[in-house]
Amino acid sequence: MKHDRVDVIVVGGGHAGTEAAAAAARMGAETLLITLRLSDLGVMSCNPAIGGLGKGHLVREIDALDGIMGRIADKAGIQFRLLNRRKGPAVQGPRAQADRALYRSAMRTEIESTPHLTVLEAEVADLSVKGDRVTGVQLADGSIIPAGAVILTSGTFLRGVIHIGDRQIAGGRMGDRPSVRLAERIESLGLPLGRLKTGTPPRIDGKTIDWARLEKQPGDEDPVMFSFFSKAPEARQISCGITETNEKTHEIIRENLDQSAMYGGHIEGVGPRYCPSIEDKVVRFADKSSHQIFLEPESLSDDLIYPNGISTSLPEEAQQAYVRSIRGLEHADIVQPGYAIEYDYVDPRALDSRLHLRSMQGLFLAGQINGTTGYEEAAAQGLVSGANAAAEVLGKDALIFSRTTSYIGVMVDDLTTKGVSEPYRMFTSRAEFRLSLRADNADSRLTPFGLDHGLVQAERRLMFETKAEALEAAKSKLVGARLLPRDLEAAGLKAPKDGQPRSAYHVLSDRDVDWSLISKLVPELETVLPDIAAQLEREALYASYVERQKRDVAALAKDEGYRIPDDFDYDALSGLSNEITLKLKTVRPETLAQAGRIEGVTPAALTLILAALKRQAMSRAV
Amino acid sequence: METIYALASASGKAGVAVVRVSGSAVDTVCLRMAGRLPQPRLATVCRIQDLEGGYLDEALVLRFLEGASFTGESVVEFHLHGSLAVVSAVLRTLGCFDGLRLAEPGEFTRRALENGRMELTQVEGLSDLIEAETEAQRVQALRQLSGALGQKTAEWRTQLVQAASLLEATIDFADEEVPVDVTPDVERLLQAVDTSIRGELRGLEAAERVRSGFVVAIVGAPNAGKSTLLNMLAGRDAAITSEIAGTTRDVIEVRLDIAGLAVTLLDTAGLRETTDPLEVAGISRARVRAAEADLRIHLDVAGQAVDDLLQENDICLVSKDDDGVFENGVSAKTGWGIDRLILLLEKRLKDVPASAGLVNRQRHREALERGLDHLGSAIALVSEGSDMYDLASEELRAAIHGLQRLVGQVDVEDLLGEIFANFCIGK
Ligand SMILES: Cc1cc2nc3c(=O)[nH]c(=O)nc-3n(C[C@H](O)[C@H](O)[C@H](O)COP(=O)(O)OP(=O)(O)OC[C@H]3O[C@@H](n4cnc5c(N)ncnc54)[C@H](O)[C@@H]3O)c2cc1C
Repeated sequence: MKHDRVDVIVVGGGHAGTEAAAAAARMGAETLLITLRLSDLGVMSCNPAIGGLGKGHLVREIDALDGIMGRIADKAGIQFRLLNRRKGPAVQGPRAQADRALYRSAMRTEIESTPHLTVLEAEVADLSVKGDRVTGVQLADGSIIPAGAVILTSGTFLRGVIHIGDRQIAGGRMGDRPSVRLAERIESLGLPLGRLKTGTPPRIDGKTIDWARLEKQPGDEDPVMFSFFSKAPEARQISCGITETNEKTHEIIRENLDQSAMYGGHIEGVGPRYCPSIEDKVVRFADKSSHQIFLEPESLSDDLIYPNGISTSLPEEAQQAYVRSIRGLEHADIVQPGYAIEYDYVDPRALDSRLHLRSMQGLFLAGQINGTTGYEEAAAQGLVSGANAAAEVLGKDALIFSRTTSYIGVMVDDLTTKGVSEPYRMFTSRAEFRLSLRADNADSRLTPFGLDHGLVQAERRLMFETKAEALEAAKSKLVGARLLPRDLEAAGLKAPKDGQPRSAYHVLSDRDVDWSLISKLVPELETVLPDIAAQLEREALYASYVERQKRDVAALAKDEGYRIPDDFDYDALSGLSNEITLKLKTVRPETLAQAGRIEGVTPAALTLILAALKRQAMSRAV
Repeated sequence: METIYALASASGKAGVAVVRVSGSAVDTVCLRMAGRLPQPRLATVCRIQDLEGGYLDEALVLRFLEGASFTGESVVEFHLHGSLAVVSAVLRTLGCFDGLRLAEPGEFTRRALENGRMELTQVEGLSDLIEAETEAQRVQALRQLSGALGQKTAEWRTQLVQAASLLEATIDFADEEVPVDVTPDVERLLQAVDTSIRGELRGLEAAERVRSGFVVAIVGAPNAGKSTLLNMLAGRDAAITSEIAGTTRDVIEVRLDIAGLAVTLLDTAGLRETTDPLEVAGISRARVRAAEADLRIHLDVAGQAVDDLLQENDICLVSKDDDGVFENGVSAKTGWGIDRLILLLEKRLKDVPASAGLVNRQRHREALERGLDHLGSAIALVSEGSDMYDLASEELRAAIHGLQRLVGQVDVEDLLGEIFANFCIGK
């Protein structure tokens, strides 16, 4: 069969793939999304929840760039909770429990109605390669589809092996075949591969749970949505159940440890420390007599329950036994056993900050294949790769994300300069400029950038510009309004001793002062819309810190501006120690900023590199 | 751009020492320290004073305007009398200005590059310059951190990482089974570091007062004749000399003038295996001091050096050479070899970059003070409870960053490692 050439091919319809395809299409590239089954679109392999700390920030950023994950999650959300509500707004993370079925159908509708985007159900068996360039893909039926760029987002499917006890099944996910031929091709490209593992708990039939005996956890009363477009949840909202393991459970697990795939020595891959199996918890934290379990409904339309906290690779009988030792689950039936999965990943240091392979033109990688874990991490990478693949094919400027302005930038930079030693997940602590990279200001940070590159469309532009104007207007009122010490005193606030007036913005930076108080003092602020007010309140709160960080941000941004060519000759620099030279040659930093983050690289070494860059520039100019 | 400063002239016993300041705060500095703004490019003699108006030196001041200086920024150079005490006092005064900090190696050059103040040919020759700077710095850093300070900073690091990981755990794993209120633990950890840093700063000051010259340590096995040699050089009974091995339990200092150089001689405890706790303490102190000295005289009846203390340029002597048979022998009885030793000391000391150590101390001081500042804010914020943890952890991050030169880089992986080791994370 012969196929027409397309601009961008995306292999895989998971979270990375769908976001990549949507981004490439938004940029205007003719995009083809190829996935094993049409029903793959929007499948959540594990926990049916989106967002959380750091992850919620990623979703907001994806949304600010007109991506799809936030809107879909809002449509499918059946319980919304803002984590860290009682802490500072910079570290609050929106999270939602999503209805699996709603999520999939919303995703499919979205993808199928996206202009410039076509979906094909097929297995990609191989890449077409000419010299050092990928020119398209070959399907399992032998047909070839030529393309300007290819994005691989095959998740855990590269040599995926599922472990349940000592039983091993080749597969990318329960019920799915692995992609063996594709894995062989990737290996033949000489890319650095590693092996990771992750696990999932058994799914339980909700009808067999004794809910009456369990505590309930409801969602928030005023749900916080992911998308700047969304106002309120659409689906019916539910509560989760809470139970916990006990000594009996732990005893059963200990007795069966030798049959666990992980403890039986069947698995060589490294698992995430923040997502241990119940076996791990029982062994490593032997003094804890109980671990909490959240019973999360997977859907409004069926009875499947996801027991969060007991992922396992024990044999099925042992799973059944320990589940039934738990309060409320005494008669529970397991619908699908828990399992562990091992898979290949590509060392992301082989990528540049567009997620493009350095050694192979036209080939991008995104998602779990790069050693990350989680839907949000996958989707964010999908967006980066999709937008950049399109930019390359269409001859537009690359979209480079900075650590100083986004979690996306933090992640891409971490992956490509530091690599991974366990499945990489986002945390707010990874962002050194966390106080300014907030969920509430994701649009101020990124929407203009997206607009500049053609990634953001008209509808969002309008919404954004309207909001930006309102924000600007309210802020100038706030900065302009002067409050005298006696005004403050009258309102019961601490008044400065110097008798000097303060701007209302300054007064708002106090944690004890909120908007309602300020708008009483400054009546013109009463008309400001609540979301604008909330954002200004947050901005003011962190203003002095953000101001202090500005110098660091500027220094970093400047260093990010010094680009180091891929063929830069470190050996030709006299004065660098062998150790540093070796490190630089392995990581091949793209910018001076990245070079500076490599351990052991001194300020003097950076000056040397900069000198060489200047010298090259000067001799070119001559 | 921050304003940076550093000793720009070569180290050692020089007649003139040049301290260079570059950046936007130059005029402020010049006004406060030289009392006026001299004409650009015109060497002007000024009375240099500290921030309290205390006299520091009579020096030549050279000012360059922005766009017409080595770095391209506003620059002032103080050409001081080459005494370590003067240079040290000037550097310390500069460190007291807001927004001023010691330049990193290569940083002046870097600014020159960034501001397009360098010709192609100049750039070619740069690497040697920077290499030298780096090497000297590396050696110095190792030396300074090998001893007691090294041990202390390791403790600080552990405590800071623990404190930060507690805060981060409550933030990043809020939906997990982690404690909600970590204030008492974090406060305790940070207070401990705070107290310890304050102590270190006081010590640094005392050390600086003593150390306005070179330091030479005499090392060797007990009874190798160290105290006797010291007494010979000092011309008086400064150390207790006896025939019982292990008399000198502590470090004894004697200040001398050797060929016009101010030298502090250290007589250290004899280095040997022992179980006497008092002596063990003495020996470890001796090792630290000896390692940090500018030069060591290794004394042994067979001319053997103390291997783990041996550094380039050290002097190895055969002691008790009463018959004068060895080229590098000394005898307290006959005075054999003493004149040669003095000549050798003079020659070697002139090669020692004594001021590199001084600059390093200035760096440590800056790092400590900067760290302390943020630590104070962090403690105050933590005490207000968990809704201030986001700001507290920001201050703590800044504190660790300030102390980075001493405690090393604390990566988020270090924090995560600590969190996963202590809490059962993972729903
Ligand atoms: C068992 C399990 C447990 C997990 N547990 C957690 C967890 O606890 N916490 C967490 O954050 N994350 C977890 N994850 C990870 C999370 O599901 C993934 O990180 C995320 O879904 C990755 O998205 P992706 O787009 O990279 O890959 P996937 O969502 O896996 O999508 C890959 C897609 O590629 C398609 N595909 C593969 N090969 C081909 C081919 N040759 N041709 C065409 N199409 C192909 C597949 O059909 C699939 O649709 C788990 C994943 C699994 C499988």
